Amino acid sequence: MSMPTDMPAAADGDDTVEMTYRDAVNAALDDSLAQDPSVVFLGEDIGNEGGVFKTNAGLAEKYGERVINTPICENGFTGVALGMAVVGMRPIVEFMFADFMPTAGDAIVNQLPKYRFMSGGQLSVPVTLRVISGAGGRFGTQHSATGESWFMGQPGLRVAAASTPAAAYELLRAAVRSNDPVIVHEHKLLYIRKGPVRRGAVAEVGVASVERSGSDVTIVATMLMVERALQAAEMLAAEGIDAEVIDLRWIRPLDLETVGASVGKTGRLVVAEEQWHDGGWGATLISRLTMSGTQMASAPRSVALPDDTLIPFAPPLEDAVIPSAERIAEEVRASLRS
Amino acid sequence: MPESTDRRLDWYRQTLLIRTFEDKVQQMFMTGRIEGTTHLCQGQEAVSVGAIAAITPGDVQTNTYRGHGEALALGMAPEVALAEMLGRSTGGSRGLGGSMHLIDRAKGNIGANAIVGAGMPIAVGAAMAFKLRAEPHVALTFMGDGATNIGTFHESMNMAATWKAPVIFIVSNNLYGEYSPVRMTTPVDDLARRAEPYDMPGVIVDGQDVEAVHAATSEAVTRARAGDGPSLLEMKTYRYRGHSRSDPAKYRPDGELEAWKARDPLLVLGQRLLDEGRMTVDGQASMADRIGAELDAAVERAEAAPYLTLEEAGSYVYAD
Repeated sequence: MSMPTDMPAAADGDDTVEMTYRDAVNAALDDSLAQDPSVVFLGEDIGNEGGVFKTNAGLAEKYGERVINTPICENGFTGVALGMAVVGMRPIVEFMFADFMPTAGDAIVNQLPKYRFMSGGQLSVPVTLRVISGAGGRFGTQHSATGESWFMGQPGLRVAAASTPAAAYELLRAAVRSNDPVIVHEHKLLYIRKGPVRRGAVAEVGVASVERSGSDVTIVATMLMVERALQAAEMLAAEGIDAEVIDLRWIRPLDLETVGASVGKTGRLVVAEEQWHDGGWGATLISRLTMSGTQMASAPRSVALPDDTLIPFAPPLEDAVIPSAERIAEEVRASLRS
Repeated sequence: MPESTDRRLDWYRQTLLIRTFEDKVQQMFMTGRIEGTTHLCQGQEAVSVGAIAAITPGDVQTNTYRGHGEALALGMAPEVALAEMLGRSTGGSRGLGGSMHLIDRAKGNIGANAIVGAGMPIAVGAAMAFKLRAEPHVALTFMGDGATNIGTFHESMNMAATWKAPVIFIVSNNLYGEYSPVRMTTPVDDLARRAEPYDMPGVIVDGQDVEAVHAATSEAVTRARAGDGPSLLEMKTYRYRGHSRSDPAKYRPDGELEAWKARDPLLVLGQRLLDEGRMTVDGQASMADRIGAELDAAVERAEAAPYLTLEEAGSYVYAD
C-alpha cells in the first residue's frame, strides 16, 4: 500500500516552494499529466478559463485533447473514465461540487469499486475523482456538502481529504498513481491558503499527519476543520492545555494506528468534522478505537454540523452551523473537565 | 466460395453452441445445480454472433447480465463460463462474478454489467481512449430495449456523438423490458428513431439473421474506424424465455412465441446453408451432438473445480 516518492528521500527542502492550495492542485494535475501520457483529465468546464474554481489554469492549453470538457452528466462521464481506465488510461475526473456525486451514484457505488472484484482481477480501475467540497462559500444547501464520508463504507474505494497545499498536492499525486479508484476531496474555502509544497512528493495511502504535537488531548480533523483545530490548539495553549492535532488525510482507510497511538498518549479524543456526526468518519473512528480497547480518561467528544439541520444560505446562519475554532476549543475544555 | 473461407459455417456453429449452452444452463438452474438467477438469450443468438463477427482483435465490447451469447461469440471457453456460473476458481472472474459477469479481458470483453445501462459509458470511455491514442479500434456496447430509457443511454449517445467516439450502440429489442411490453414504457416502437436527436445513423436490423446483423454492424464499424462517429443499431429480436429464472413469461400473447420461433436464427441461417449446399441435415445433426457432448464434459470439469478461499477472494478488491 505504501507509495514511493518521486524525489530522493534525502530531499532537503530545495524543491519546496510556497504556493496556494489552488496552485498546489494545479501543480499536481500538471505534474501528473506531464509525467504519464496515459493520464487524462475530464469534467464539466474544466478547460474553460481554468475551470470554475480556477484550479486548472493552463492545462487545456498545455495538454490539448487530454483535457476533456464533458457535457453535464456525472454518471455518464464517470463511467467514461472507468472505460478509459480498463483499457490503459489513468483518468482524473473533476466534480465541480461534491453535491453532484450522488447523481453518479451508480458509477461510484456499483462500478468503480466493484469492477476489479467482479472481473476476478482482470480489470483494474485507476480512476481519480477530484471533488470540490465544503461550505462557507454562500453556495446554499445543494452546493456546500463535503460528502467526505458518503462513500467511506464502500470496499474497493479509497477516500482522501486535503487540508493544506502540501496535502492537496501529495494526495492528488497518490490518487493518480494508485491502481484503484480514489476520491480526493478539496475544500473550496482553502484554495487561497498558502503553504509549503514539495513538488514530486506523493502521499502514502492511509497515513494521517500529526500537524501539532501535544500531550493533553487528541483532536482529529479533516480539511477546513484542521485549520480550525490548530487555531483552537493555540487558544488552548494560552490556557495551559496542550492539544495534539491530527489531520486524518484518509477517510478510507482510516489510520487507526496513528490516531490510536495519539489517544493512547493523551487519553482524550475530540473529532472535528464539517458534516453530521451520524454516518461520518468521526463516529467510525470512535467506534473502531473503542472496540480495539483504546483506554480514554473521558468519553470521546464530537464537533460537527448540528443534528437535523441543513446548511442554510443566510450567511450568519451558515457561519453558525460550521464548527468554529471556539467550538472545538470548548469541546476540548469539556473533555478535560469530565 | 470454398467451404473453409465461408464464415457462415462458423457462425452457425457459434449460434448452435450458444443455444445449446443456454439450454444446458437453464436446466442446471432449474435443477439447482447452479444457484442464484440467470438471464438467458435463447432466440437472440444471431445478434451476439453477427455483431461480434464484425470486430477484430484489439476491439472491445461491453454487454449485460444477458451476456452469455457475446461472451461465447468472443471465444470464451464454455468450461470457463460454466465454472464462473458455478462460482468456481477456474471461472473467468474466479467465481466472484457469476452468471451476470462473464468478463474476459483477453478477448476484448471488458464488461458484463448487472446494472441496466451501465455498460454504455464504459464503452464510450474505451472508444475515447482508442481515439486519443490514435488506435484503429472500436467499442461495441450491447443493451436491451429497456436500457434505452435510462439516463446513461442518453448521456452516452450524447457524449459519443459530440466527440465522434468510435462506438456502436446495439439494442436487442426483444419487445419486453423485464416483464413490460416496450409500448407500456416507451412512446415509440422503433428504437432506432432514438438516434436522430443525437445526429447519428439509426438502423433497424433483422436480429434473427446473423448475416444481416453482421452486415449492419460491419458498416457501423467501418464508419467508426473512419472517424465518422457512433451508430445505433436496433436488432429486432425475441427472447424465448422469461426475463430471468423466476419469470414464466405469462404476459406474452398467444402465438407470439411460436411466430418468432418460425424465424429462429438457427433455422434462418441453417436453411440457407442447406439450400446452398454448404451443410447437410446430417452435418447439422452431428454438429449438435458434438457440441452437446463437449458441453457435458465441460460441465463435469467445471463442477470438479474448487472455490476460492474467502481470503483469496479478498485479494481481488484492491489492486494496490
